[in-house]
Amino acid sequence: MEKTWNNKAWFMVLPVLLLVAFSAVIPLMTVVNYSVQDTFGNNVFFWNGSDWFTEILESERFWLSMVRNLIFSFTILAIEVPLGIFIALNMPKKGWGVPVCLVLMALPLLIPWNVVGTIWQVFGRIDIGLLGYTLSALGFDYNYVNDPTDAWATVILMDVWHWTSLVVLLCYAGLVSIPDAYYQAAKIDGASRWAIFRYIQLPKMNRVLLIAVLLRFMDSFMIYTEPFVVTGGGPGNSTTFLSIDLVKIAIGQFDLGPAAAMSIIYFLIILLLSWVFYTVMTNFDAER
Amino acid sequence: MNLTWMAWTLPTAMFFITILVLLCGMAFWEFVSPGGNPRVGVLRFETTRGDRLFVSLLGSAFIHLAWLGLVGPNLWWALALSVVYAIGVFRYV
Repeated sequence: MEKTWNNKAWFMVLPVLLLVAFSAVIPLMTVVNYSVQDTFGNNVFFWNGSDWFTEILESERFWLSMVRNLIFSFTILAIEVPLGIFIALNMPKKGWGVPVCLVLMALPLLIPWNVVGTIWQVFGRIDIGLLGYTLSALGFDYNYVNDPTDAWATVILMDVWHWTSLVVLLCYAGLVSIPDAYYQAAKIDGASRWAIFRYIQLPKMNRVLLIAVLLRFMDSFMIYTEPFVVTGGGPGNSTTFLSIDLVKIAIGQFDLGPAAAMSIIYFLIILLLSWVFYTVMTNFDAER
Repeated sequence: MNLTWMAWTLPTAMFFITILVLLCGMAFWEFVSPGGNPRVGVLRFETTRGDRLFVSLLGSAFIHLAWLGLVGPNLWWALALSVVYAIGVFRYV
């Protein structure tokens, strides 16, 4: 039977279209307008062409923020994904331990980002923070306020604390969906623990792992609140990621033109990543 | 309605009008030939003509940025390259 196409249904999405136009499209258009002009206030603008884009693309500051952001994203992925798999593999599959573990894992995800930042800002302080004080008492020269390495370690540790649970929960969901028959067959064949992981568990987890990797990459690439609350982008610029740098330019220096140009470049990168994410997800669904 | 806060300029207005015309054109194309013409191209997954327009526009944005960063501020050649790229996307993706 031939499918009936009724394009009149598209009118039903008109209210959403108006809402999105008001909350996203019009502000985005304004950003594009700002990106090709210069202003000294009073709503007076001067045409500047593509100069702000050239300035941003040639700016060492932008590329350093980008490199820092990429290093941060890949570092947290390299820690959170294996750690998440390890924890998920060791979580109980039945009994009272299941709800306890699930609630414990979900707890960090429920805490707002600025609260996580505040918790770690206090936690890491050498005078009153448990982590900072303990490390200092043990003789470690730890001070995230003035040492870039310590600041990076704190920010990465904070992200791992906050977001590994997401990887754990996704992997756990993949693991519990494996039928017992697979494990029984492996037992009959005398498969080792590694072989079970490599040939049964990992293939069954690959879809959720992909979701976890893409979600964590995109989210860490847009990270702002937590490092801003803990380090404010410092010491110096050592933990200034793209979003922190953008806010510094837009609100700190009030350079609306360069900030708008940087926003558009940043937006295009996020849009590309979102498209890759969407495409991979929908194609996996189609395959399934 | 006072839109001065949006700081409109003629080139940016023309840019957004072009995007709007493209979207209206796509809507008209869909009306004339419904279904989005899905097919599997060089990317090895199914795309509709809406996907192809999105890939064309996103790719064109990156072509313009790369041109600005690597060549110079004269973007007419980048625009020409983007049109060729878009034709390629609509033909082969």
